[in-house]
Amino acid sequence: MSHYVRRAWIVVWKDVLSERRSKESLNALVFFSLLLLFVFQFALGPERAKVETALPGLLWLGFVLAGLLAFGRTFLVERENDCWEGLVLAPGDKSAIYLGKLAGNVLLMAVVEAVLVLLFALFFNLDFTSALPGLMLVLALGTLGLAAVGTLFGAITAQLRARELLFPVLLLPAAVPVLLASVSATQTVLLGEPLADAAAWLKLLAAADLVYLVIGVLTFEFVLEG
Amino acid sequence: MAVRVLGWLAVLGLAAGLVAAFGYAPREVVQGNVQRIMYLHVPSVLTAYLAFGLVFVGSVGYLLTRRAGWDRLALAAAEPGVIFTGITIASGSIWGKPTWGTWWTWDARLTSTAVLFLVYLGYLLLRGMIDEPDRRARAAAVVGILGAANIPIVHFSVKWWRALHQPATILGPEPSPIAAPIALTLFVNWLAFTLLFLYLLAKRTAIAQLEEHHAE
Amino acid sequence: MIATGPDAVREQTPPLPASDLVVEATHLRKRYGLTSALEEVSLSLEAGCGLTLLGPNGTGKSTLLRILATLLRPTSGALRITGLDALKEPAAVRGAIDMVGHGTWIYEDLTAIENLRFWSVMGGHDAARARLRAALESVELDTVAECRARIFSAGMKRRLALARVLLGRARLLLLDEPFTGLDRAGRKWLGEFLMSFKARGGAFVVATHSFDAGLGVADRIAILAGGRLALDRPTTELGHDDLRRLYDDLALGPGVAS
Repeated sequence: MSHYVRRAWIVVWKDVLSERRSKESLNALVFFSLLLLFVFQFALGPERAKVETALPGLLWLGFVLAGLLAFGRTFLVERENDCWEGLVLAPGDKSAIYLGKLAGNVLLMAVVEAVLVLLFALFFNLDFTSALPGLMLVLALGTLGLAAVGTLFGAITAQLRARELLFPVLLLPAAVPVLLASVSATQTVLLGEPLADAAAWLKLLAAADLVYLVIGVLTFEFVLEG
Repeated sequence: MAVRVLGWLAVLGLAAGLVAAFGYAPREVVQGNVQRIMYLHVPSVLTAYLAFGLVFVGSVGYLLTRRAGWDRLALAAAEPGVIFTGITIASGSIWGKPTWGTWWTWDARLTSTAVLFLVYLGYLLLRGMIDEPDRRARAAAVVGILGAANIPIVHFSVKWWRALHQPATILGPEPSPIAAPIALTLFVNWLAFTLLFLYLLAKRTAIAQLEEHHAE
Repeated sequence: MIATGPDAVREQTPPLPASDLVVEATHLRKRYGLTSALEEVSLSLEAGCGLTLLGPNGTGKSTLLRILATLLRPTSGALRITGLDALKEPAAVRGAIDMVGHGTWIYEDLTAIENLRFWSVMGGHDAARARLRAALESVELDTVAECRARIFSAGMKRRLALARVLLGRARLLLLDEPFTGLDRAGRKWLGEFLMSFKARGGAFVVATHSFDAGLGVADRIAILAGGRLALDRPTTELGHDDLRRLYDDLALGPGVAS
């Protein structure tokens, strides 16, 4: 494996290992998702129909909120263990670290999203099975976009005292197009319509993901400097 | 000296634009005089786009050269840019009230502009939170680059999102052919706003330079 | 035991000419707004040479160290490391620098050997298990190789950090207060480690407020007082007591009984 890939991979390995041992993030995020479910229900009232109509929006609202928590913590383990400087001094292309962190975030969100979808299906007695392939595609594209920006901005705000405030302020406006596209595409999928109907949205998502990834890869070294 | 001339040209341009907007441009049949606010609304948003384009240029310039001048450009363009974005939103809102009876509507351009406003407000907030000049410039540059790259993506996503529910924006000039007086008035005002922006840019850059010298 | 290190660990570095300047800093200045942390600091360091930077807390030792590590940019001045301009191309010189600072770069949820594996791969070095184990043996941590770093004492963490240094190819080693938390045996051990690092052609800078420990490992002493370099002399030139008196005067202010 080339050095670049090896370094990206070792970052993922390290984060997955740390998370598996400490179980900090995943447990809290899953529990958070469960709480969101209750909050959504209480906010919308007891009628099931209301939830069903709002479902795509609620799903993505849940993902974005969980994402705010998850991505904001991207470099927490580096901060707590004082390892940030070690990453700064590591030789070679820093964007390998960005991609490694991004992969870790996507994995984390994948688990959270799976749990949230499952919980929605359980609590509101919904059947997603026929929509599942399309749903997974939309989720993948949307999550990639959120994570690409979230990981980058997470690194920027990591060293700031006011990071809990500034991170959502930066991420949410930047995430608007991904949110709009994902919700619209999710709606198409959940209504049982053919995936081709959402083609424009999916293409927009793919294009946005590409733009964010390229910017992240190109600018990460400037963020990680010190 | 050149900046002084720029300032006077801007004042002249604004005066000319005002005269054109109220005296020269025709009165719109359906909406009445309130439609004249378009001559404030459209040039504002165009100027805002110019501003954020310059933020992008300054951001890239700093990352490539590490010269403080580029970061000053980014800052000096962002602040007026946010102001012009605010003017766009406010004028759009004022336009909407008598036209549709509501202060706010999720019209495509208003929504896109509001998102733009939030992005660059966040940009300025971020700048305010970092003291070290180099770190501040780098962090701001990355946010500025992503913000600018996102502009077309936001534009399309909001436009399609609106298209699902309502026809395209009304808050804009009618599709071509645009009547000559309207086009000319728009042009004069756009020119005036651009001159005003450039004047503010120059002034803000000078202030930023003074601030840096003072800190040393 | 430490003096030579196991051959399995040492990377192949080309031998350096004796007069090779590893660090060449000129007129470094660091200002934060109106406060000056460092003023007109110039120093140079040859390969195989160890410098101790003395000074009480807050005089800018850590700042200077971080600038030498390319973690911080000076407000003005020039810095060359292994002959390259460290301010223009920090990425190029970072492969030659390693640092053992306040943060030891240890992930607490990972075991000792997993930490070494991570940093070895990040540094682009060979991360073969045998090599990692050999490094742990050199620092006497092989018995706890599979234990999570969370349970390590400060001294053990410092040793783990040094094992990481062993696995790398650094020519400049920067240590910030490395003696804190080490007992006498630990300090002796660290001294031997630094000697062997020098013997292999490296150079180091130790920043510390601990006079005796710092003096014991160095070829040169520099005293940083109020952000300025008040002294920079080889240890052979001044006697221990003279140095002590100078240090007390410069660092703590005149009139303090030594």
